[in-house]
Amino acid sequence: MRTVQYREALREAMCEEMRKDENVFLMGEEVAEYNGAYKVSQGMLDEFGAKRVIDTPIAELGFAGIAVGAAMNGLRPIVEFMTWNFALLASDQIINSAAKMLQMSGGQYGCPIVFRGGNGTAGQLAATHSQSFESFYAHVPGLKVVTPFTPYDAKGLLKSAIRDNDPVLIMESEKMYGDKGEIPEKEYLIPIGKANVRTKGSDVTIVSFGKILKVVHAAAQELQKEGISCEVIDLRSIRPIDYDTIVESVKKTNRCVVVEESWPLASISSELAYHIQRYAFDHLDSPVLRVMQSDTPFAFSKNLIEEALPSVKKVMDAVKASMYVS
Amino acid sequence: MLLMRKIEEKVGHLYIQQKFGGFCHLYIGQEAVVAGTASGCNKEDKHITAYRDHAHPIALGVHPKYMMAELYGKTTGMSKGKGGSMHMFHKEVNLMGGHGIVGAQIPMGAGIAFADKYKGNKAVTYCSFGDGAARQGALHETFNMAMMWKLPVVFIIENNNYAMGTSVSRTTNVMNMSEMGDSYHMPSKQVDGMSVEAVHEAIEEAANRARKGEGPTLLDINTYRYKGHSMSDPQKYRSKEEVEEYKAKDPISLVLETIKANKFASKIELEKIQAKVKDIVEESVRFAEESPDPSKEELYEDVYTQKDYPFIKE
Ligand SMILES: Cc1ncc(C[n+]2csc(CCOP(=O)(O)OP(=O)(O)O)c2C)c(N)n1
Ligand SMILES: [Mg+2]
Repeated sequence: MRTVQYREALREAMCEEMRKDENVFLMGEEVAEYNGAYKVSQGMLDEFGAKRVIDTPIAELGFAGIAVGAAMNGLRPIVEFMTWNFALLASDQIINSAAKMLQMSGGQYGCPIVFRGGNGTAGQLAATHSQSFESFYAHVPGLKVVTPFTPYDAKGLLKSAIRDNDPVLIMESEKMYGDKGEIPEKEYLIPIGKANVRTKGSDVTIVSFGKILKVVHAAAQELQKEGISCEVIDLRSIRPIDYDTIVESVKKTNRCVVVEESWPLASISSELAYHIQRYAFDHLDSPVLRVMQSDTPFAFSKNLIEEALPSVKKVMDAVKASMYVS
Repeated sequence: MLLMRKIEEKVGHLYIQQKFGGFCHLYIGQEAVVAGTASGCNKEDKHITAYRDHAHPIALGVHPKYMMAELYGKTTGMSKGKGGSMHMFHKEVNLMGGHGIVGAQIPMGAGIAFADKYKGNKAVTYCSFGDGAARQGALHETFNMAMMWKLPVVFIIENNNYAMGTSVSRTTNVMNMSEMGDSYHMPSKQVDGMSVEAVHEAIEEAANRARKGEGPTLLDINTYRYKGHSMSDPQKYRSKEEVEEYKAKDPISLVLETIKANKFASKIELEKIQAKVKDIVEESVRFAEESPDPSKEELYEDVYTQKDYPFIKE
């Protein structure tokens, strides 16, 4: 095992796949000469040259569309968005073109492409720079969406995404690029569509994904001290969702709390609550609860951020509420 | 061109008879644009266009029965009945859609060319879009990158002077649309889209430039659609006189005159062509009507390449 940063894990995934397959290339704003806005692609221009590590102008719609066309014509692009907030300009090409190409063409033209970038809140960046898009894109058939939480996940999932023949979106975080974690020396892949039970437990199932899992783990540790045992499940993949792992866990714990760094309406928690009541109804001892980001645009003030985001206390309170203890 | 015209006339009739649904945008009047492109291009070249796409596969040599079956939503259609009128694809002739979002194919067309350049192929991409689509911001982003990266793409404005009911003069101060290339130093020119020879020559010149590695060209090809924007368009925005004026320059009549003046074909040969076209049209309708609908299982096919994708079914 080796210890690497999250950004290094992503880079290793891209470099390994680019060494293997000539048709894989990276494009995006500042990815080449500047070595990446968050230094994910550091050194890649030196290794692969300007043909395969390509700086684009600030034109998300245009370069996403060019990448989609390239994917239709035999290449396997990796498109880096500085963050997913800016990819809204490209969402037409992601949702209307990439997601639908295979089906609209009756299977003749696919779109093997990876879109990746920072997602979610990252401190005092205010409303336009602090949004989460997992449920937004997970809504769309034709796409796959993954949320690597650790460097290990980042490398394994990104490698799978690059090899996948369908469009895959990777939701990273500016706040996680510096996180350190262990990865194996040897090559490995993590399958898309499988959840990861991060902590085994018996009293309550907590389902979450992405950066907010840090809060969930902290809460679970505190609860452990109070004698409450939480099973923490990281979805890892938001489309497709590994429902079986969740249902199985809820059948064991009979309680579930979903924690999500996103707005409540039409969220992943709404979806999970539906699914759990549909497939584990008789096993539930209390309603599925959730801890969400506030139903507001993300505000600037530290005070308001604290109010808006899921916290250790909010998660602990929800878990206790699901157990009818205080 | 005659086949395109006769097929489209038939499509119009069938649509009125409600033989199939959806939108239906006819290409009648514009035939010289795609015919000149098809005759000026090479076999390995790529094509991408908008939703006004019934004639494009025909120009590239695909039997129109597959287009017709697609209009009927049949499993034998070009996109297995999943794309319909606006989304015609045919991999054998490198027709990469048929795209329903106005202007979406502009960056995609550049991307197709990007891939060919990347792989060292000599193919050129012809990326067609309307005068209305030229108002999308994606055009400017794409023109800039395509010029900077010298992509082997020919941008073709199928300029029929209208975007639905809005004439070009109502959306811009710059009536000469070829000037849109100027800010990117993209070689551009206006082309008479009623003359198939003029289109052919312009395409050849642009393709040669692309193949030599000199990058994209913008062709503002001036044409006209005789029918409404789609089948449901009452056409209150233009005068009968204007339509008649263009019909007097009909691209198919022009070709016929050329053939007769130069004795390229005898009267009998021309009659044979007419009869053959008629047969193909009838065969296409028969094929479409007799073809089976897609099976229900097809709904979940071709959404992902992954065969065991776990769709949510309840
Ligand atoms: C992004 C988008 N906006 C609006 C529409 C609706 N729409 C379909 S065709 C059209 C007019 C386009 O005109 P033009 O590009 O000149 O092509 P033409 O129909 O003349 O061939 C509009 C507004 C659409 N399909 N996509
Ligand atoms: Mg038009």
